[in-house]
Amino acid sequence: MTLAMLGEAWRAMGANRLRTLLTMLGMVIGVGAVVLMMSIGQGAQYAIKQSIAAMGSNLFILLSGSSSSGGVRSGSGGGYTLNVADGEAISELPGVAAVAPIHPGSAQVIYGPNNWNTSVIGTTPDYLSARSWNITSGSAFTASDVRSSTRVALIGRTAAQNLFGDEDPVGKTIRIRQSPFLILGTLALKGQGMDGRDQDDTILIPLSTAQRQVFGTQFPGSVRMMMVQTTTQEIMPQVERSMNELLRQRHRIREGMDNDFYLRNLTAAADSAAESTRVMSLLLGAIASVSLLVGGIGIMNIMLVSVTERTREIGIRMAIGARQRDILLQFLLEAIIISVLGCSIGLLLGIGGALLVESLTGTAVIISVSAVLVAFSVAATVGIFFGYYPARKAAQLDPIEALRYQ
Amino acid sequence: MPDALINIAGLHKAYQTAAGPFPVLKDVSLSIVAGEFVAIMGHSGSGKSTLMNILGCLDSATTGEYRLTGRNVAQLGKDELAHLRNGTIGFVFQGFNLLQRMTLLDNVALPLIYCGVEREERQVRALDLLSKVGLADKAQSLPNQISGGQQQRVAIARALVNRPSLILADEPTGNLDSHTSAEIMALFESLNRDGITIVLVTHEDDIARYAQRQIHFQDGRIVSDQVTPAKVTS
Ligand SMILES: Nc1ncnc2c1ncn2[C@@H]1O[C@H](COP(=O)(O)OP(=O)(O)O)[C@@H](O)[C@H]1O
Ligand SMILES: [Mg+2]
Repeated sequence: MTLAMLGEAWRAMGANRLRTLLTMLGMVIGVGAVVLMMSIGQGAQYAIKQSIAAMGSNLFILLSGSSSSGGVRSGSGGGYTLNVADGEAISELPGVAAVAPIHPGSAQVIYGPNNWNTSVIGTTPDYLSARSWNITSGSAFTASDVRSSTRVALIGRTAAQNLFGDEDPVGKTIRIRQSPFLILGTLALKGQGMDGRDQDDTILIPLSTAQRQVFGTQFPGSVRMMMVQTTTQEIMPQVERSMNELLRQRHRIREGMDNDFYLRNLTAAADSAAESTRVMSLLLGAIASVSLLVGGIGIMNIMLVSVTERTREIGIRMAIGARQRDILLQFLLEAIIISVLGCSIGLLLGIGGALLVESLTGTAVIISVSAVLVAFSVAATVGIFFGYYPARKAAQLDPIEALRYQ
Repeated sequence: MPDALINIAGLHKAYQTAAGPFPVLKDVSLSIVAGEFVAIMGHSGSGKSTLMNILGCLDSATTGEYRLTGRNVAQLGKDELAHLRNGTIGFVFQGFNLLQRMTLLDNVALPLIYCGVEREERQVRALDLLSKVGLADKAQSLPNQISGGQQQRVAIARALVNRPSLILADEPTGNLDSHTSAEIMALFESLNRDGITIVLVTHEDDIARYAQRQIHFQDGRIVSDQVTPAKVTS
């Protein structure tokens, strides 16, 4: 019975192919848009989560501020108001897990016939733990390397590939600005940072070596930035206060004077970035759902036209024994077929579009089963909901009125 | 009359119009027993179609009683009426009323869908009826590919497919030439010989002569009800 009705509905749709296709198009676009938007949104969320995880957790970044000496104020990170001793004092604070002073720079690096310009970061062993960065082969440098300014280095994946190709870098000697450095170990793959830069294109060397032998500095022992990691996320506000207090005390900043350093909670910033992408993707999904609704209204519109056009047919069917529920089912099935078919096509197009976006832009997309299910069930519901009214209208026609309809 | 197939008594029908109720059937009483072949005659506008629609359970009377196979139609629900139209009554229209998008076979099989007959059997029965009206070779044609007389034969096949006991035909030859009309009437005649009750509306004497009984309508009333003269002699 239902099978026969299905065939009938199918035939009715086939009789007006262009119209059926156009009606379906609303559904196709709606579902396609929802799936595409959700996929891109979830991909963005995933990418952010990844880079947050790669950044390391519970992190502060401490930048040296303007040293207002002689009325000339440098921008944040411009002066050298922080020093290694500040870092050591901070590491004594309760709740602080790691403190890593950083001297960033870039340099031409040479190995054999290869040379490569890469980021060279002078820091301490704490940097690895703060950024949850592992060593894949060899070993890290130690605090004693930092104390005695040895020329040792850890190399990131991208830098290693460009200098060594398939060779194992561990134990090899590279030249950074002409000075030879022994590679102690290789760093695990880190991927893109929050700023989109390749974090694996880097070489880590002891802080003191960077300052004295590679980049040189007017203020040995002073740094422009430090990373501070706390033991837990909950303790971060408390550590922030005690760090502020400590540094103001150490820098002899009087009451009412501005800090000569900037303290930023990286984890909070990352979380809010993640939150805003989440909201963004929800918003995109919501906007896309509106097109689903529009698609549904399109179905209703066409079904109403169809019922009117086929009034006489309905009359004939009733005259030969169709019950109200037979007519209802016939038109409802038509609406459902249109919406489910439109859904399926939209689903394929949405997934195809998402994959296309991924391959064209390289941004991650995630086609989640839940998004697909939501889009599909919403569309089916829309089909039934918007198909029901016209179908009921058809079913409730009076047989003789319908037969007389010209 | 206990074994009457159709029994109507004191039937009135008024259409609701802008100018108020417009009476069309006025106190019609009539009884038809199973196996009869009745022609209903009368001028255009005399209420023949209105009566047929009521007999066919497509429309309802304003007052009065209509019993079909002993059941009071006014007391039946919509589904039961649909069931009567499906299985007990076969309606044949002046304008054929075939579904244009469907093949002739599917048109004939359509009533069977509404009583849950399986696809295989639907096809077999529909084809059987099509060959009975001489159109088996056209089973896969569409209605607009055949002549009017052929379309009416298909419509009759459709009316017969669910083995009704009553065929109601409202001017079935109204759109056909006299030769084709004769063919259609011969078909009705043979159906009647097989025991099917036939009630047929016409305003042509030639057509009415096929029936055993002629009922004349005028202005919503029965003015005569008699056995067909020619049939008496034969
Ligand atoms: N739906 C309707 N509404 C109002 N008047 C109608 C309707 N159908 C038929 N009539 C009127 O009822 C009268 C009888 O119509 P009908 O039964 O079709 O007559 P016949 O079939 O004998 O020609 C006519 O005057 C016609 O105009
Ligand atoms: Mg008429």
